[in-house]
Parts: sequence; structure tokens; C-alpha cells
Amino acid sequence: MKRRNFLSLTAGAAAATGLAACGSSGPSDTGSGSGSGSADAASYWFLSGPPGEPIRQGAVDRFNKTGQGQIKVTTFQNDTYKDKLKTALGAGQAPSIIWGWGGGGLKSYVEAGQVDDLTDWFAQNAAVKDRLFKSSFGPATVDGKIYAMPAETVQPIIMLYNKEAFEKAGVQNPPQTWGELMSLVPKFNAKGIAPFSLAGQSRWTNMMWLEFLFDRIGGPEVFGNAYNGQKDAWSNPAAIDGLTKIQDLIKANGFIKGFASVTADSNADQALLYRGKAAMELHGSWSYGIIKADGGNFIKDGKLGFFNFPAVEGGKGDPTNTVGNAGQYLSIYSKASDKQKEAAKNFFKTLLDDTEQQGWIESGGVPIVQGSNAKLASSPDKDFLNFIYDVASKAGNFAQSWDQALSPTAAETLLENIAKLFQLKISPQEFATNMNAVIGK
Amino acid sequence: MAWPALIAFTIFGVIPLIGVLYLSFTSWNGLTEEIPFAGLDSWKSVLTDPGLPHALWVTFLIMALSWIAQTPISILLGVFIAAHSRYRGVLAVLFFIPLLLSQAAIAITYKMLLDPNFGLGAGLGLEFLQQDWLGDSTLAVGVVIFVVSWQWIPFHSLIYQGGVRQIPASMYEAAEIDGAGRVRKFFSITLPQLKYTIITSSTLMVVGSLTFFDLIWVLTAGGPGDATRALAVDMYQRGFKAALMGPASVIAVILVLLGLGLALLLRRLGGRDATESQLEGA
Repeated sequence: MKRRNFLSLTAGAAAATGLAACGSSGPSDTGSGSGSGSADAASYWFLSGPPGEPIRQGAVDRFNKTGQGQIKVTTFQNDTYKDKLKTALGAGQAPSIIWGWGGGGLKSYVEAGQVDDLTDWFAQNAAVKDRLFKSSFGPATVDGKIYAMPAETVQPIIMLYNKEAFEKAGVQNPPQTWGELMSLVPKFNAKGIAPFSLAGQSRWTNMMWLEFLFDRIGGPEVFGNAYNGQKDAWSNPAAIDGLTKIQDLIKANGFIKGFASVTADSNADQALLYRGKAAMELHGSWSYGIIKADGGNFIKDGKLGFFNFPAVEGGKGDPTNTVGNAGQYLSIYSKASDKQKEAAKNFFKTLLDDTEQQGWIESGGVPIVQGSNAKLASSPDKDFLNFIYDVASKAGNFAQSWDQALSPTAAETLLENIAKLFQLKISPQEFATNMNAVIGK
Repeated sequence: MAWPALIAFTIFGVIPLIGVLYLSFTSWNGLTEEIPFAGLDSWKSVLTDPGLPHALWVTFLIMALSWIAQTPISILLGVFIAAHSRYRGVLAVLFFIPLLLSQAAIAITYKMLLDPNFGLGAGLGLEFLQQDWLGDSTLAVGVVIFVVSWQWIPFHSLIYQGGVRQIPASMYEAAEIDGAGRVRKFFSITLPQLKYTIITSSTLMVVGSLTFFDLIWVLTAGGPGDATRALAVDMYQRGFKAALMGPASVIAVILVLLGLGLALLLRRLGGRDATESQLEGA
């Protein structure tokens, strides 16, 4: 679910030219396993592109020098990776270490018997487990057993805003409640500034609004019930209320004109924010890195503000709750050789060492290590990183993004219905009916 | 000797086809190595899904409209560049540029140009270009047809150029003696003589349009909502996004049957000799 920049989109789209374009995107071997008997070397596939690729590669390079095993790396573009991995798993050719997002995707690998249960290993290596955020183990757990090693950074969804746009519209403070948020909409529109940027074509961007509204109005159990397969869970009054509220915001022109044409892949939604065409944006914390890279002096000049999703009046949900990616996940392929599995486990012990943590912090991320906030003080981005650390570590509940939590089948239906809901083509009730039909699938 | 072709066709055509047919009777999720047999479950789920008639409708709409958009322009361009003169040669090269680009590159370029906030309309300050091109159902279908036509007209012009050059010059000379003008010659000689070329080109267009995937995928990803979700996009979404390989295979089988049916229909329309050589002695 992490976004790509435009260049990687170009390459990814080129790969989409053939449905099964395994070769055309050129998985690039950058492994260092020359001469060391590649049958014993564990293979490791992950996403290419900055900022993650050099940090991941660095971790592998340092491990390969320790003599505890060899890891050979292959990198892929985001969308190519998901399809290629599925194909490889179905064909019995998957890498020894599988990089992923946990949740529903991991669950489908578990059900297919493709990944190893790591519960016992974590019990024996309590030190590895205890230093990481507790919340990061949620998406790694299926039916009470841990099937993945949490890794990298925590990425909650947050509100970003353009301080300059706020000044222009004479708005002092970011909205604290949904009512305040709605009252800001006409103020920004009157100044010709869109209240919210939204990359509607990407669909999961729209979904983040619903994730928060459901949670703020009815608490985590609203989606939890649907996730756990309870009948008619989407017809919960809190859900209908949230769906209605989002359609009200759309009808009030809360989102940028033509939002259904905007894609997150090209980072156009962040551009709308830092170019002052939109005042606010709900997006993943990784947006910060994108704006830092593409937005010129926007961050340096102190124009970027951020806050947690506002409370909804009378809502039951804890306003400290958040959603997003609690981490990234590494699983071990069940058909890897014993040598490869051993190398992978040794590698897991070395993950998020000081050098790797420093790398993620420099890229604008918060490592999922307890107390990593002590390292944030020296960062030029410390204000933002401390904010993210607080949001993530103080969250009453850290929910996983719906499309990652649900099975691929249900997630696809969800995204399709969300697109129609945001187009005002279906009513909240129709949305609920359509979604009730795929509960438990 | 047809053997090499037959072997290649078996390996790359027949065997995968049988594989897909088999998969359509399973409930494979693409992950497990054992493939669970599910009888007619996938067929039932696809045939009762309201998404199927919609995908068929989108597919036929794009097929019909892109045929209507491409054929007249391709014929006119083909006739125009068939004549021998130097400047037309240069123009012909320019016309063919879209054909050289990959569909994904074309789709990305158009997507950028049509962006309502940063695209051509906003850049040039032209209000009428600042539409929600890919976010409005009707406009999105229009954009897909336009981009498809933009890309494929050069190819079909090339076919028509070849067709026009096969028409014996004596026919035009005879018509000129009878006092026929340019327009009369076009409708009375060129167009009837191009009959078989039109059938060939239309077959390629119609059957080819069944497989439009990459362009739609990059431009709209089947959206907004399901407005441009043609069969091939539907197949991909079911198979690779929703992990329903069985139903996706059903769609694949339907695509094959549709393609065969359409090709046979067009052949029937063109008469028995449509695909035979029109050259004497060949």
C-alpha cells in the first residue's frame, strides 16, 4: 500500500503491458551472493525505489558479512511485486523471505500453507519480539499464531494541511471535530481553495475516510464485526452514519473538483496540497517523504501542518485511535530449505539495528522499535516524526487498513463499492447491502 | 509444411486453452499447489453476477464505437497515403508514430495530459479541457475510445494503404475515360475493391478490442466505479486482485468464445472467398 513516485509508475505500468509480464519489468538482481553456493542462500524479494530500497539493501549487505548465512535480493515495483509474488507462490517458486503487508494477504498465504508459523521461534527469541511495538504484531498474527516478522516503519494515516492556505482563508486552527471540519468547507471554497485533496481514482485513498469515520462514530468494533464475519455488520447504524457523512462532505464540495480523475500513484494529491490548490489531505505518513522530495521548500519553510483525524460529535470511538500500516512484514516460505530458513531467522535477529533505524528516520519514517523516539531528536524532521511516534504509540487502537485486513476477494468488492459511493452512484444503504453479501468471503 | 506452426500453436494456443478450461471448473485461489475441483460453481457465480452483463456491455460499446471511429478515418488516410508522392511519404511516417509507442506509455501520457488540475487544460488555461475526463463515467468511455483510435488508426491505415495499392490502375483509367470524378471513383471503385481489406481490418479491430487491457488499466483501472470495466479488465481484477482464479478463467473462456464467434461472423459476412488471395495465380 505504500505509494510510488512517478518514475516507478512508469516502469510499473510498462510491466503491466503483458498480464504475466514476468520478464519485461526486469526484476533486478542486486544480490551479493556471488560464489557462495546460491542453493543455500536465502532469497529475499522486496519493493524497489527510494527511500526503502537502499535501506533494505543495506540491512542485507551488513547481514551477509556476519557469516550467519547468505541472502540474495531481488527487487520489484509495487504492483508488479504483488502479482509476481502470487504467481510464484502458486507455482511453488516463491522466495525464502516474503516481504508483505500482513493482514488478509498473509492470512491467504497461511491458509494455503505457504508460510511458516513463527510463534515458537518468537517465544525462544523473546528479545527480538519485545523490542518492537506491540501493535505491529497484530497484522502478523493469524488465529493467534505469529506468521511474520514485523519490520521497518509504522505508517499511520494522518491529516496534513497547508498553513498558507489556512492563512488565506482566515482559518486559525485545524478542525478538532467533524462539525468544525464541515464548517470550514464553505470558507475554503469561497477562496477558490479545495478543502480536501483526494486521489479518488486510487480508491483506497477514499477508503481511509471511511476507516476513520466508522471508528470515530462507533469504535473499532464496527469494522471488527465485518472482519469477524458477523451477519449484516455493514448495516450497523454507525456505519450508515459514517457513509452518510462522507456523501454529505462530497455534496458540499469538500473534495477537489475532479477528484475521481486523480491518482495517488503520480503523487498528484500531495502536489495539490503543497501547491496550495487544496487546504488539507488525509493520507499515510509516508506522504511527508513525498512532499519533502517533490514539494520544494514547502516543508523547510514551515508550511506543512499535521493533526490527527478529528472526533465526531457524540461518537463512541476513542479519538486517539488510528489506522494504517502498523509495520511491514517478513514471512518465511514453507518450502524453503532448512539452510535458507536458518539464514532468514538469523537475518530477522539483525533487523532494525541502529544503522537501519537511522536510515528509516532520515527517510522520514518512525522505526517500529520501542523507544526509537530517543533517536528522533537529532533529525531535521523531528517535529513530524515525534508526532507520528505519538500517534502510533499512544493510539487506543491501531487498526490495519481495510484493504490489507480483508481477504483479497472482499477487499476488491469493498474498493469497487467505495468508488461508487464516492461517485454518489449508490446510497449508504446500497453500499451496506453490497458489502454484507461478501462478509466472510 | 505446416508442422512447425502446428506444434507452436499446440504449445502456445491449445494447451493453455485446455488449462484455462480446466481452471474454470476449479476454485483455485492462485496460491495453493493443489487445485480444488469445484464443478460448475465458478460458472454459476459468473453467469449470475450482474457484473458480467455490464462488462459485456462495456466491451461491446468500446468495440462498436472504436470501430466506428477508426474505420472511416483509416480508409481515408490509407487512400491518401497510397498515392505516390514524396510529401505523403513524410506524412505517412508522422502518422505512424502512435503505432511505435507502447500502450502503457500512451496511457500514462494521456492520463497526465487529461489531469484536471495539472494537465493540458489547467496548463493552457482552457476551461473546456478542464473536465473530469477519467472521473466521469461517460467521459471516461469516450477517452478510452479516443486513445484506442489514436493508437490504432495508423495500423489500419497501413492495411488500407496496401489494399488500395492492389487495385489495378486500369480500373481508374477506365473510369476517367468515362468521366468519373474523384468522389465517384472513391465510392464506385476504391471502396468496393477494399471490401476484403475492410473485413480483414474489422476482424482485427473487433477481435483485438476484446483484449484491450493495458490501456484501460493504466488510464482508468476499470473506473470510475465500473464504467470502463471491459471483460479483460474484469478477468484481471477477478483473477489477480480478488484471487478468484476459477471465475477469472470462466471470463477467459467467454472471451475466447466471443472472439471465435465474432471472427466467424465477420468471415461469413465477407463471403467464403474473403480470406483467400485476390491476386491472380497466387
